[in-house]
Amino acid sequence: MSDIAPRTLLDSLNRGLHQALQDDPRVILLGEDLLDPYGGAFKVSRGLSSAFPDQVLPTPISEAGMTGIAGGMALRGLYPVVEIMFGDFTTLIADQLINHIAKFNGMYSGQVQAPVVIRTPMGGRRGYGPTHSQTLEKHFLGVPGLTVLAPFNLQGDHPLGAPGQLLYDAIVSLDTPALFVENKTQYLLKLLTLNKLSEYALSSTSSTSGIYAPIYTLTIKSAPPAEVTLAAYGYMAHLALEALHKLAYEHEIFCELVIPTRLAPFELEPLFASVSGTGQLLAVEEGTLSLGWGAEVLARTVEALGPRLKNAGRLAAQEGVVPASTDLEAACLPGTADIIKRVREMVSHDG
Amino acid sequence: MEHNTRLYQQLYLIRKFETLLMDKFATGVFSGTTHTSLGQEANAVGVLSHLLENDVVVSNHRCHGHFLAYGGDPQALFAELMGKPSGVCGGVGGSQHLHWRNFYSSGIQGGTIAMAAGMALAEKRAKSGAIVVDFMGDGTLGEGIVYECLNMIALWHLPILIVLENNHIAQTTPDSLAVAGSIRQRFEAFGIPAAELDSSDILEILPLAGDLVEQVRSQSAPQALIITTARLGSHSKGDDTRSSEELDALWQTRDPLTNHGARLADAVRSQVEGSVVAAIHSAFEAALAADGGAR
Repeated sequence: MSDIAPRTLLDSLNRGLHQALQDDPRVILLGEDLLDPYGGAFKVSRGLSSAFPDQVLPTPISEAGMTGIAGGMALRGLYPVVEIMFGDFTTLIADQLINHIAKFNGMYSGQVQAPVVIRTPMGGRRGYGPTHSQTLEKHFLGVPGLTVLAPFNLQGDHPLGAPGQLLYDAIVSLDTPALFVENKTQYLLKLLTLNKLSEYALSSTSSTSGIYAPIYTLTIKSAPPAEVTLAAYGYMAHLALEALHKLAYEHEIFCELVIPTRLAPFELEPLFASVSGTGQLLAVEEGTLSLGWGAEVLARTVEALGPRLKNAGRLAAQEGVVPASTDLEAACLPGTADIIKRVREMVSHDG
Repeated sequence: MEHNTRLYQQLYLIRKFETLLMDKFATGVFSGTTHTSLGQEANAVGVLSHLLENDVVVSNHRCHGHFLAYGGDPQALFAELMGKPSGVCGGVGGSQHLHWRNFYSSGIQGGTIAMAAGMALAEKRAKSGAIVVDFMGDGTLGEGIVYECLNMIALWHLPILIVLENNHIAQTTPDSLAVAGSIRQRFEAFGIPAAELDSSDILEILPLAGDLVEQVRSQSAPQALIITTARLGSHSKGDDTRSSEELDALWQTRDPLTNHGARLADAVRSQVEGSVVAAIHSAFEAALAADGGAR
């Protein structure tokens, strides 16, 4: 492992995996096509099978089986990490996650823990078409006993980078099972350093979960008070940050962006604090709109703030298949321009 | 206690637990559902008699017999079925979701073999010498994850004894409508050796299971044991669609208690039965009285 800081989100996740495998021989990686020189379909696992041959277990194309096996391993003292090649394939492991792994602790009345981490890339914008481009994590939010995490491309103050530190903690320190949601387009994003973020005011709130899963709040430094709070995670948080910048410099509309890295259980106090100030909330997600993450975020904000929330909206993918065609796919998924448009509409209707 | 007498005592304990459970269900002390082991007692005792302390057992919805043969406490199981804090899992798990020491059961068909495979992988890596026994039924053969796991169990030489209790009926569906081809060949297709036994006789099941447990342990590799058996009770509480003639015939020819009980002298048999009945009733009453009495 290199001493210089990781440059991309992918690099950071790879470092997190290296560190976890190195620190604890009970950490075992399972998944398809993990072996070097291939190192996994998106290369997050590159180098791991060479460095830790006894801890990387290549599997057949058996998502349900490998995930269920990881559950059994965890019940007997191991710390399995499962790579699901595409997030779309999480439908194949739903029974294992919902009816088995997330239930063991509760149904055996707290006598056992099942610390399994499932890593998987969601998301489109790569032209992979309807079954390899979806954002499906909303189906796993609200499953009792299951933690859902999503990294943001920030360097942070950890040598692994914030995404790698989040993954490392999920593997080594979290005693509940976790679904770790990555995004294909996020992999090659450069990690934002504090230097790069010098024009922003960045605050970070620790998660109550006890692991490194901060909730970030970003605004333009020394700007007038924000009018709209944006809520987003993962790759959509990157696009929301772009939108926030353009809204400030091209439209003089100032926003505050709140980025959770733990999606479930929900932990939204920093968001409520922001919306208390702005009164307006736009939740942005790459999954489809109905019964999505944004719906729950809005519901909880209404419950927390009541009439202090004056205006709220959701931006999400069109409710259809994600097309393979570049143009059709771009029209289907929410982008920076869509965020800017919605915020401008919200502000023009305000007052 | 003499060998045959001890085996009969174990079989009779399971039988009396299940019959008392069914008798008392109508009184409302138990809630939810249950799946009894009536008729399959000899499979549980015949296999689990060979396990060592570190070995692991994974069972399914029809798990009471396995739990009791493993050494589980009848009072804690009664209390679990009553939904009480003193139950095996504090009343949360209920009939199908038990965990005590190295015993685990779950109510989702198919998922248990994945649990068992993962546990066997963990024990193999830890070089603990422990093996895993996984019980499943013929109905579970319809779940796809079974074959994903058989493949990985064989690829990774996992120390599992898969005990397939073929009672020829999945809830109400006969195996003629559900299972194509040969069950043995399904295991053999993955290179997992499979032994078949059509018997409810504890003295036939016990030695074969002992050989297979020894092979799994010494080779650190999987084996399957397919026991053709008979479910003498309903799937759950009163949902048997089989004819009374069919059931009568099964009771006459396939009851492991009748079969093995005949080997005991009458006086010995009554003495064993009397002490088991007393113990089961006392476990039931203690469970009922615990945690502040009746629910």
